[in-house]
Amino acid sequence: MSSDALKLTEVEVRDRRLKSILSFNGKASELQEYSRQLKKPEKDRCFSQCGDCAQMCAATVTYHIKGAAVVVHSPMGCFANTPNNNEATKHAALERGIEPFKVQTICSNISEKDTIYGGIKKLNDAVHTAYERFNPTVIFIQSSCAAGIVGDDIESVAEELTDELGIPIVPVFCEGFKSKIWSSGFDAAYHGILRKVVKEPKEKKKDLVNIFNFLGSDTFTPILGKLGLRPNYLVPLADVETIEKMSEAACSTHICETLGTYITKVLEDEYGVPKVHAPAPYGVEWTDKWYREVARLTGKEDIVEDVIKSEHERVLPEIEKIRKELEGKKVYIFAGDSYAHNIASVVSDLGLEISGVTTLHHDMRTDGEDSEHSTLQEMIDVAGDIDRFTVCNKQPYEVIKILKELKPDFMIVRHMNMTILGGKLGIPCLLEGEINVSAGYDGIVTTGKRIKHLLNAKKILGTLAEYNEFPYTDWWMNEEKLYF
Amino acid sequence: MSKIIEQAKYTCALGAQQSVLAIPRAIPIIHAGPGCSSRQFMFVSNGSGFQGEGYAGGGQIPSTNSSQSEVVFGGEKKLADTIEGAKKVIDGDLYVVLSGCTAGIVGDDVKQVAAEAYEDDKPVVGVDTAGFRGNNYKGHEIVLEGILNQFIYIDFPKANVRKGLVNVFSVVPYQNPFWRGDLEEIKRLLESIGLEVNILFGYESDGVSEWKDIPNAQFNLLISPWVGLNAVKSLEKKYGTPYLHIPTLPIGLKNTSSFLRTVGEFAKVDKDKVEEVVAYEEKKYKQYFVAFGDLLADFASYLPYHLYVANDSLYGLAFADFLSNELGITPKLFAITDEPDNKSKDFVINTLVSKNAEWDGKVVAEGDNRVIQDLIYQIIKKEDTKSLIIGSSWDNELAFETDSILIKAGMPISDKVIINKSYVGYKGGLTLIEEIYSGLFEKGMITNTTHADKDLKEKTCPNA
Repeated sequence: MSSDALKLTEVEVRDRRLKSILSFNGKASELQEYSRQLKKPEKDRCFSQCGDCAQMCAATVTYHIKGAAVVVHSPMGCFANTPNNNEATKHAALERGIEPFKVQTICSNISEKDTIYGGIKKLNDAVHTAYERFNPTVIFIQSSCAAGIVGDDIESVAEELTDELGIPIVPVFCEGFKSKIWSSGFDAAYHGILRKVVKEPKEKKKDLVNIFNFLGSDTFTPILGKLGLRPNYLVPLADVETIEKMSEAACSTHICETLGTYITKVLEDEYGVPKVHAPAPYGVEWTDKWYREVARLTGKEDIVEDVIKSEHERVLPEIEKIRKELEGKKVYIFAGDSYAHNIASVVSDLGLEISGVTTLHHDMRTDGEDSEHSTLQEMIDVAGDIDRFTVCNKQPYEVIKILKELKPDFMIVRHMNMTILGGKLGIPCLLEGEINVSAGYDGIVTTGKRIKHLLNAKKILGTLAEYNEFPYTDWWMNEEKLYF
Repeated sequence: MSKIIEQAKYTCALGAQQSVLAIPRAIPIIHAGPGCSSRQFMFVSNGSGFQGEGYAGGGQIPSTNSSQSEVVFGGEKKLADTIEGAKKVIDGDLYVVLSGCTAGIVGDDVKQVAAEAYEDDKPVVGVDTAGFRGNNYKGHEIVLEGILNQFIYIDFPKANVRKGLVNVFSVVPYQNPFWRGDLEEIKRLLESIGLEVNILFGYESDGVSEWKDIPNAQFNLLISPWVGLNAVKSLEKKYGTPYLHIPTLPIGLKNTSSFLRTVGEFAKVDKDKVEEVVAYEEKKYKQYFVAFGDLLADFASYLPYHLYVANDSLYGLAFADFLSNELGITPKLFAITDEPDNKSKDFVINTLVSKNAEWDGKVVAEGDNRVIQDLIYQIIKKEDTKSLIIGSSWDNELAFETDSILIKAGMPISDKVIINKSYVGYKGGLTLIEEIYSGLFEKGMITNTTHADKDLKEKTCPNA
C-alpha cells in the first residue's frame, strides 16, 4: 500500500488487495504455505449457500458511532432494521460506562423509478432528513448493489452536502456485489473515516493506544493500565472528536487482524501511528508478545517484563484450575478469518483438543504484516498444526459433514445464524459476540468459565437434535467431497 | 411512491423467500448479492419473535452470491449451476428462484433459467423480486403468482372440483408474526363447519401436494384486504373457481361468528351445522368474558379507551374491528404500514369506517414507524386518555412515556418469543383480552398513586 491510499475514492477489495479466498480443505500448515506463495489453493464453488455482504460489515463499524447518522442508500431489504441495534448499543454503552444513545439510521428506500432515473435526489433528501431529525456530527452514506450498478454518484453528493451542512458527509462504498469477502466492508467504512473524518495530529498522546474493536466491554483499561496506558476504543461508541484524533495515539492495535488490518496500516503510513506488530492479546503467549510490542512502542520496556511475570503468577493458577475441569473436551472453531486463530490460541491454553477449524474466509496476506507473522502462523506456533482446517463462507451443507465426522463436545462460533447448525446436531456453541471479554490473560479464564456454563446446554440441544430433520439429501451426506 | 424510512416495518420484495419457506419442503434459491438472503433472514428472525431457520431457511438457503462477474457478464450460468446444485443437495418438493437487485438491473431471465431446470418431480419456478420492485407484501404476491403460473397452471390445467374444499389465502408468512398460529386457527374454524381446507402455508399444510390440489377447490377464501387478491382473481379466470373476499381477519366473538356464517353461506354449508358450532363456541367464550368482568368493573376508570394502530392493513383492520366493536376502545389513529396502492388503500379505509360507527380518528398510510410515533405522541398528549397501542418493539418507549398499553403485533417483534400464539378466532380474542388487561399491571399494582409515581415508573421501564 502506498501512502497515497487516501487519495483514492475507494479502497481495493480484499479479493484483489489481500488475495483473500473462500475455499480450502487441508491442514493449517498447508494453507500457510499457500499463503506464503500467494497461491490460490482451490477453485471456487459451483454451488453455495447464502453468504453475507460488505454492507453488513460496514454497518457494524458505522452504526454505533456516537452522534453519527447513517444513510443507507438502498432498497428496504438492505436496511430492514430492528430495535436490536438500539439494544446492542445501549447495553454496550452501559458496559463501557458511557451514556446510552440510539443508533441514527435512515434508508433512502430506492424504488424502481430511482433505478431508471437515478436515486440522487432521494439520497439528497435522505441526508437532509437525517440532518434535521438527528442533528448529527457526521453522516455516513452507505452505498448498495442497486445504487452501485445504477451508478449514483455518491461521492459528489457527499462533497456538495459537506459544504452545505458543514459536517463531514462520508461515502462508504460497500456494495455487496463488489467483493466476495464481506470483511471488505470493514475496510470500506474505515477508508471513508480516514478520508473524511480523521485529522492531522495536533499533539501526540504517549499513553493512548488505539483499539479497533466492535461493541465490547471495557477490558482493555485494566489490560493497558498495567503499563500505565489508556485504551482509545474505536470506532463503535466513540464520538467524532475521538475519531478525528485517532492520529494522535501512541500506537494502534485491534481485537482481530481481520477487523483492524487496513486502518492500522494506513494510520502508520499516513500519520506515523505505529501498528502493533504482534497478534492480538488472545491466549498467554500472544498476550505476552503483544504486551512486549506495545511496551516497545510506548517506552514501557522497563516495566513490561515485571507486568508479564506478575500477571502470569496471578492468572496461570486460575487457568490451571479450569484446564482440569475441561480436561479431555474437544472443541471445533467456526469463525474469523483471524478471530478463529485468536480463539485457537485461547483454547489451547485451556488444554482443549482442537478437533478442527473453519474460517469464514482467509486473507492470504494482511496489510503490513509479513506472512511469517500472520495470525495463521502464530496460531500454528501456539496450538500446533491443525489437521482439519477448512475455509468457507458459512456453507452449513459443508460444515455439517465435518461436524458429523469429528463429533466435537462443543463449538466456538463467531457468526450470526451459524450456531444453529451445532444446535441441530446437539452440539453446544459458544457464540462469540462480545469478544473484548476474551482478551488478555483474564480473557482465557473468562472463556473457560463460559465454556463450563455452555456445556449445560447438552440436554436441551439434545432434544433439539432429536426432533430435527436436516434438509440435506442422502446423496449429499454420503458423498465424499466437501463441496463442488 | 416509496419514502425515506427510519424505523422499518417491512423489508424488500426478496423477503418473500420466507413465503417459500412457509410451504413445507419448498426451497428458495436466491439469485442476488452475497448478503441479500441473510439480511432478510436476520430481519424476520430477530424481528419476528425468533422464528428461526426451520427446515431449510437461514444460512442454509442456496444463493448465487452474485459478484462483479455476474453483474458485468450476466448471472444466468451461475444461476443454472446453483439450481442444479440445490436440487442435488437440498431435499425439497418445489424450488423457487427469487432474484434480487443485481439480477434485476442486469436483466437476467430467471423465469427462463428456472423453466430449463424444471423436472416433473422437482418443479422449479423463477420470480423477479428485486428489492427496488417493492416491499415483501408485494414480494409475497409475486411468489404466489409465480408458483401458480409456472407450476400449477402448467401441470394441472384442469379442475376436478371437490365440494367442500377451500383454498385459504391470508396472512403473509413471517411478516405477519403470528402467521403460524393464525393459519392453524383459521383451518380449525373452517373444519369445524365441515369444510376441507388447503391452508397452503405453515405446519398444518401438506405442502406441495396441497398446492397441486388448488384447482379442485369449490371456492377460494381470501381473508385479507388486498394481499392475495390477484391470486384469487387469477384462479377464478383460470379454473372458474369463485372466491369469497373477507377483508378482516376474525378476532373475538362477534367477528368470528359472523365470519363462520359468511363462509358457511357462501360455501352452502348446512346452516344448522354452522349455528351449532357458533352456539358452542359462543357459550364458552361468553363465560370466559363474564368471568373477567369483575376486573373490568373494578378498574373501569383506569382502562384504555383509545386505540392507536401501527400495523399492516390485514392485522390493523382485524384489531381495530374487535377492539372498537367488542371492547369499546375507539381508534384515534389508524396507520397502515404495508404500502397498499391507492385503490387498496381506499378499500381499507372504507372497510374500517363502515365497521366502526364511532370512528372519528385519523388514517394514514405510512411505512416509517418513526413518523407514526410522532403522530401518536401528538394525539395522545392532546387526548389525555389511557390508550392502547397496537404496535411493535419500536414502540416500547412510546408506550412507556405515554403510559399506554402496548400489544406488539407487527414487525418487528424483537423482544418476545413467538411460537404458536394467535389473536385469531374466539380463542385469539380471549388471548388478546388477557394481554391487554394484564398490561394494566406492568408498572405494578394499580392504585391511585401508582400512576403519579414517576420514580417507580422509571425504575421499572421495560426495554425503553
